[in-house]
Amino acid sequence: MMKSLKTFKIGGVHPEENKRSANAPIQILPFPKQAIIPLGQNLGAPSKPLVKRGDEVKTGQLIAGGESFIAANLHSPFTGKVSKIDNFLDSSGYRRPAIVIDVQEEDIWEDGIDTSGTIKREITADRKTIIDTIKSCGIVGLGGATFPTHVKMMVPDGKKAEYLIINGVECEPYLTSDHRLMLEKGQELLIGIQILMKALDVEKAIVGIENNKRDAINHLTELAAGFERIQIQPLKVKYPQGGEKQLIKATVNREVPSGKLPIEVGCVVSNVGTAFAVYEAVQKNKPLIERIVTVTGKAVKKPSNFKVRVGTPVQQLIDAAEGLPENTGKIINGGPMMGKAIMSTEVPVVKGTSGILLMKQEESRRKTALNCIRCSKCTSVCPMGLEPYLLLKLVKLERYEDGMKERIMDCIECGSCQFTCPSNLPLLDYLKLGKQRAGQIIRSRK
Amino acid sequence: MNEVILYTLLTLGLLGTVAAVILYFVAQKFKVIENPMIDLVDDVLPKANCGGCGFPGCRAFAEALVKSANENHSLDGLNCPVGGNDVMKSAAAILGLEVEEQEPLIAVIRCNGSKANSPAKINYDGPSTCAFAHNLYAGEGGCPHGCLGLGDCEVSCDFDAIHISSETGLPEVNEKCVACGACVKACPRGIIELRPKGKKDRRIFVSCINQEKGGVAKKNCEVACIGCSKCFKVCPFDAITMSNNLAYIDPVKCKLCRKCVEVCPTNSIHEINFPPRKIKPEATEETTKTMAVSHQEPNENKA
Repeated sequence: MMKSLKTFKIGGVHPEENKRSANAPIQILPFPKQAIIPLGQNLGAPSKPLVKRGDEVKTGQLIAGGESFIAANLHSPFTGKVSKIDNFLDSSGYRRPAIVIDVQEEDIWEDGIDTSGTIKREITADRKTIIDTIKSCGIVGLGGATFPTHVKMMVPDGKKAEYLIINGVECEPYLTSDHRLMLEKGQELLIGIQILMKALDVEKAIVGIENNKRDAINHLTELAAGFERIQIQPLKVKYPQGGEKQLIKATVNREVPSGKLPIEVGCVVSNVGTAFAVYEAVQKNKPLIERIVTVTGKAVKKPSNFKVRVGTPVQQLIDAAEGLPENTGKIINGGPMMGKAIMSTEVPVVKGTSGILLMKQEESRRKTALNCIRCSKCTSVCPMGLEPYLLLKLVKLERYEDGMKERIMDCIECGSCQFTCPSNLPLLDYLKLGKQRAGQIIRSRK
Repeated sequence: MNEVILYTLLTLGLLGTVAAVILYFVAQKFKVIENPMIDLVDDVLPKANCGGCGFPGCRAFAEALVKSANENHSLDGLNCPVGGNDVMKSAAAILGLEVEEQEPLIAVIRCNGSKANSPAKINYDGPSTCAFAHNLYAGEGGCPHGCLGLGDCEVSCDFDAIHISSETGLPEVNEKCVACGACVKACPRGIIELRPKGKKDRRIFVSCINQEKGGVAKKNCEVACIGCSKCFKVCPFDAITMSNNLAYIDPVKCKLCRKCVEVCPTNSIHEINFPPRKIKPEATEETTKTMAVSHQEPNENKA
């Protein structure tokens, strides 16, 4: 009998996987005519533009910088001319500052960037250089939260990182960008992990991959034989295993205390996409200007994975996947569980875009919310051990203080509660509202 | 048998007496000496407990009034919007003071992005609360400053004075409004403003708070203020200020001459409760449109 696979202990759901684009190799998308590069692409403070209207920019040139502690640099993804710096629509319909570049067809790279395909195995950079390169190349967590990676690498005094955990779980249904990356760029990915290990000075790296990606597990296990101290860990399929805290629990069986960071239990978690970006930055001096985006959905004719430069309009990706299906009800940035519907297809791909999901009209509609029947399903599936039905009630009554006592700030917004609710209650929506309000209260106390 | 009854009565009577004595001394010891004026003032307050005065309930406001009268010998800065001048006058009379007459206020909706003026580009089917929708997205019509129409103001109103109209999707204020300011706080976008009711209930205000550039604002909404400054130039009383592509009419300086309403190219300035204008032969189409707007809300504020 097969030994049961590791996973996290409490909660979790099993949404339909629908990984339709799993076998579609990564394609490179042609350049758009005009690219919009939003200035606020990372968690934390938005970047400040360093170019002005009319400037000629080369691919990979620094165009906006971050000044505060949690901030990231932005580089031009294209060669061309800055046509304006103004407010542009983002995926929520609000207008936010962005740099617009008129793209020229010929791609001229900034000096010092190695664009060849040769794999550079040897890590010559020392610890400090690695962290500085990660910072200057504007690397952010590509799992979706876009937290600047260099901040994560700076382990606070008195703490010691024991494990580097690499997230290759991709537990969101439909999305396959990490899966394809692991299959096609395995070697580079593992070098990237070694670079991160060196930067953090950790003994061991564990790559967590869910068991529905057997090919990626086998491929990386084979490759990892050539690398020291990297372990490939197959995990049982369960959503939201890609959550930082869930992944730590699943791989090394440690629990991050409420309100604390993973470093508290000696772990640092990073996404496979981030590890690959780190490889490119440190070994090739290539800034983060492109990422892999899945375009998928039940009615999409050609579900695909694209290597896309930041700033490319979403419309172009949809066209490349053979167009918008007729009965599309929602276009979602991200996966079906945590993604957010976008208002317009003119919005650009940003560093945090992992997928574009086109949902059919009938599956995209919410069902009528009924009364809570106290079935406690939401409580049993919550991976953080919260009581979503109670929090919903507290937020509705504006009792945010009580919500904080019930640990509303621990919610990871995975949506398992809403997914499982038989009464179709908008649990996650109210939790998000409550978290935002509670956050305001906490900040106002400081 | 009689003995049992006798002892029972005696015991209970004794217990009662002892308890009464203890309670008497405790009550003396912990007696709260309260200014009797507070009760008198509290009696004339409306007892709505709406918080419109800024204090937690009418009792707290009564205490504040008495305190202010004792310490400062004036009631400046204290006002009960619900009771208005009548209540304030009687409260002041009890305290032996006088109050300045305050102009009554009313809530006005500074957005006219109705379903027709700002047609929905997308459909929202999330939870029906503006606070959540405001964090999530710009709005169905695309205006990031406009009314979301999900009724947080309606829920917040204790006086049944504000309702979302099913026709326009915008809130409408009726004559029950007491200007307590609950809706102003509830609106995540700050669309609602408390403005003086004005003479004969006549008011002129810019019904838009969009700070985007003209072209952008107009793209999302037919009646957006585009920041053209026409009203600013035409105003003979310097009542209009321009900032962030938006005009604002100062209700104190405004003399209700209505010149700004006529020149506004997008009809974003509203006049309320004015008699219909005599249509001059050279009256443009726009002027008549404006009048139609002002007639849409005939009983908005007939207080």
